[in-house]
Amino acid sequence: MSITIENLNKTFGSFQALNNINLNVPTGKLTSLLGPSGCGKTTLLRIIAGLENADNGRILFDGRDVTKHHVRDRKVGFVFQHYALFRHMNVFDNVAFGLTVLPRSERPGKAEIAEKVTNLLKLVQLDHLAKSYPHQLSGGQRQRIALARALAVDPKLLLLDEPFGALDAKVRKELRTWLRDIHHELGVTSILVTHDQEEALEVSDEIVVMNHGKIEQTGDADVLYRRPKNAFVAEFLGETNAFEGRIEKGAWHYEGFSWPLDQQGRWQEQTAVGYVRPHEWRLAEAADKMFSAKITDIQVSGALTHLAVQPLPKGELIRVSFATSEASKLALSVGGELALSPKQVYVFGQSELIDFAI
Amino acid sequence: MSMKTNPNITEPRALQWLLIGVALLFLLLMLVVPLAAVFFEALKGGWDLYVASLVDAEAKSAIRLTLITAAIVVPVNAILGVAMAWLLTRFDFRGKQMLTTLLDLPFSVSPVVAGLMFVLLFGAHTAFGGWLESQGIQVIFAIPGIILATLFVTFPFVARELIPLMQSQGDSEEQAALILGASGWQMFWRVTLPNIKWALIYGIILTNARSMGEFGAVSVVSGHIRGETNTVPLLVEILYNEYQFVGAFALSSILALLAIATLVLQDIVNRIQARKLAAAERKEA
Repeated sequence: MSITIENLNKTFGSFQALNNINLNVPTGKLTSLLGPSGCGKTTLLRIIAGLENADNGRILFDGRDVTKHHVRDRKVGFVFQHYALFRHMNVFDNVAFGLTVLPRSERPGKAEIAEKVTNLLKLVQLDHLAKSYPHQLSGGQRQRIALARALAVDPKLLLLDEPFGALDAKVRKELRTWLRDIHHELGVTSILVTHDQEEALEVSDEIVVMNHGKIEQTGDADVLYRRPKNAFVAEFLGETNAFEGRIEKGAWHYEGFSWPLDQQGRWQEQTAVGYVRPHEWRLAEAADKMFSAKITDIQVSGALTHLAVQPLPKGELIRVSFATSEASKLALSVGGELALSPKQVYVFGQSELIDFAI
Repeated sequence: MSMKTNPNITEPRALQWLLIGVALLFLLLMLVVPLAAVFFEALKGGWDLYVASLVDAEAKSAIRLTLITAAIVVPVNAILGVAMAWLLTRFDFRGKQMLTTLLDLPFSVSPVVAGLMFVLLFGAHTAFGGWLESQGIQVIFAIPGIILATLFVTFPFVARELIPLMQSQGDSEEQAALILGASGWQMFWRVTLPNIKWALIYGIILTNARSMGEFGAVSVVSGHIRGETNTVPLLVEILYNEYQFVGAFALSSILALLAIATLVLQDIVNRIQARKLAAAERKEA
């Protein structure tokens, strides 16, 4: 099922939670709503589910306007951050709930329900826990049961509200991969809310980056990472170091270094921040270097070698990553100096920083 | 006091026994002796006289009225209490804080004043009461007045038990039920009610105890018509004032037994709740 959201606004008192949201979620894809806490991503998800009402705007499921539909008529699956399992029911009854509340005419027979529930429990690999109660399960197990419960009614849309936010790091990583697999297997259109960029990059087909109730950029992980539209996206996705420079004559200047810009006519003279990612540095000759720096720390972690370097004569510590194979040829040592030049700089003028600086 | 208590963090033995002794003495004098005295006085004239004073026409009428009152008040206030708790924990609206405070009014106002309020509202010499009387409905000095006064006095018990619980449980399970397609009724019967069951029973026990034992508010609106508008607590006072000690204490013993039964029930419900909570927390950790 494809989801279309048109001109959606939501305020809580004087707080604008969502500001003119327009979004298209394609059928069968896993889309993430990514942003810092308070950016409106959960509110948007709850409005799609029908748990909250938008002030205005429309929500379409497959082109059908569901804006005024009651939450129970939207037939979506929803997974809560804190599981929200029915605490007085065992695992089997939790998963069966959505089937047992169907009107008598549509309700499957007892045997059919039992078969379906058992299949779902097998899908989430917890069929041996059918008789247990939620409080007897670990967090990861609870969330898998919550997913099975949501899937029991064959939803055309699955909404996940920070589903792994309450779990510890190891379980979170496992469940991510597992969710990815289940999504591949079932192909149900899914929207995942998360503030964890790593999670979004790893799991989703498409990422919607949100900030202050607005959508900053939509795209797959590669597009967001390589072509961030603004400073917020550049800084929110992946690690960056920021350098305050100036735009003059179609290039960005930082001390003696200059970086030519595309679409030169677009740029006015102004101060502008350039972002460089740790792995987008190269060793430079004295002539084309951005700056020289002293190595203060070297960490080899598998395929990558991470350096902490101190620009000379002064400046904040910067993280630089080289492929270990390359780094080993360079004979780097703590205290040594090197000249660095960026392979890629993301430059954003002042106007694009205003939102972000708040 | 457990023998395993660490002696490094306790007071000297003598002081321990002194404090325990004082507490026990107080309990004995203030609770056990008076309670025993009630039964002693009630049975002083022998078992036959005790039974006779309970099956006396006036006593029987008072017991019946008390039971009728409780039978109406308890279910009505159970339903209103759940509705009130629902309203105050599941919705945000203007004046919610005010309503929460008002909920405690029956606890904070003297029961006598509560009774007087109903006399002023429904009495025969007031406009509304006069109109009702012309329709053949008598509220004050009749059973409806007694039920109204008891409803008022016992209104907060159920809601007060439920509100903290429903607040701590939150509404996400209910939302989950709705998303899964449950109707409002299905959600209430299959998710909300099972989650608040024990607190609700606890509130009902308290409501029942108070509605059977209420004196002040009922005394004002009842009119003390013998054989008609006397509840058990009212009749106890009347009999006592008439020096019919055996009758007064026999009826008192009924109320005392009710109190003991209430405490036992409360304890059982508490234990069940505590066990469930402990089990939940053990697994949570």
